[in-house]
Amino acid sequence: MKIAVLSGKGGTGKTTISASFAASIASCQYIDCDVEEPNGYIFLNPDIQRSQQVKVLVPEVDKAKCDGCGACGTACQFNAIAVLKGEVLLFHEICHHCGACVIACPRDAIYEQERMIGVIEANKNDNFLHGKLNVGEPISVPIIQELKNLIKKDKPVIIDCSPGASCAVVQSIEECDYCVLVTEPTPFGLHDLEIAVQLVRKMKMPFGIIINKASDDSKLIHDYCRSEGIKILMEIPFSTEIAKAYSEGILPIQKDIVLKQKFEKLYEKLVRGEYQ
Amino acid sequence: MKICISSKGGSTTSVLDPRFGRAAYFILVDSDTMKTEVIENSAIASGGGAGIASGQLVVDKGVEVVITGNVGPNATKVLEASNVAVFRGVPATIEENIEKYQKGLLEKISTAVPAHFGMGSMEA
Repeated sequence: MKIAVLSGKGGTGKTTISASFAASIASCQYIDCDVEEPNGYIFLNPDIQRSQQVKVLVPEVDKAKCDGCGACGTACQFNAIAVLKGEVLLFHEICHHCGACVIACPRDAIYEQERMIGVIEANKNDNFLHGKLNVGEPISVPIIQELKNLIKKDKPVIIDCSPGASCAVVQSIEECDYCVLVTEPTPFGLHDLEIAVQLVRKMKMPFGIIINKASDDSKLIHDYCRSEGIKILMEIPFSTEIAKAYSEGILPIQKDIVLKQKFEKLYEKLVRGEYQ
Repeated sequence: MKICISSKGGSTTSVLDPRFGRAAYFILVDSDTMKTEVIENSAIASGGGAGIASGQLVVDKGVEVVITGNVGPNATKVLEASNVAVFRGVPATIEENIEKYQKGLLEKISTAVPAHFGMGSMEA
């Protein structure tokens, strides 16, 4: 079973939940798709054994063949090519690697070259995987795609998504069996949760909610979930103890055996399809 | 010579838009005949590369001077490659900016602001 953990808002405890989940299920695969800021490794302490580069194809111009007609620039939907008085100017960082410019060029003057945008790191048996996008790179989707190619079919899989409801999140949750939405009981938390709910509904994904840092304010989320008919899977109470342990790289389940059992039970229920 | 001024509105009495790539309008003025042309900036809604698209538009129109507030790194590359001079306008109408330019009162800019500087409702 493939479970994606997402949150509309950053800092709600997505990594706490996904790493706790991964550490509670025996022999599972954990994939950190938050490639701009992967931090699951801090808690899961994997022994990184291999690293592979992620490359994308970007256009180059053969000046001997180019007559500066501008067809490539017109074809580019992402404004990554400007054709100025016959000179082709390429902006590789904003290229989406669609190859339209290559097709559009009437003189075969555009060819593609590889460009490295980040790496994927894994432990020995690929049970822990994360991607790292190079600083300054705006497009993370190719790395997530590469990570998802390494999903194991015979194991439970936990996917930690990036915050928000961006293309990166869509890419991360696609083809998963269940989505766990993490939220915190604040007006900001609720606002961003609503956006995440819209996303998973649009993608027709089964989903439920975990309230992190639950307190008296959780009524806010409870009311919303009741009116929308959304299942609350679990609540993790607000606790300075949990926060302190977290700051030292210790997951709440390592301190609290009852919480660990809750995650185990939740997984069993999800596998049985109780929350579909 | 053709001058392009980024504008918040579609006339010469409109106020200068301090953004270049995501300016609402471009007002082109021929300094010899004082004829104007108003262009709605289609790049304003693009996900990325607004500066590049705006730069391309301006270059295609044969503009030699741009008056605006700030220019991002990509637009700077485009404008520099085509030898378009960029001047920093003042927060006043398009007419006033042209007048100031012709009197030589506007500062020439050669440094780019960071990418996405003018996004959102930020005023420069």
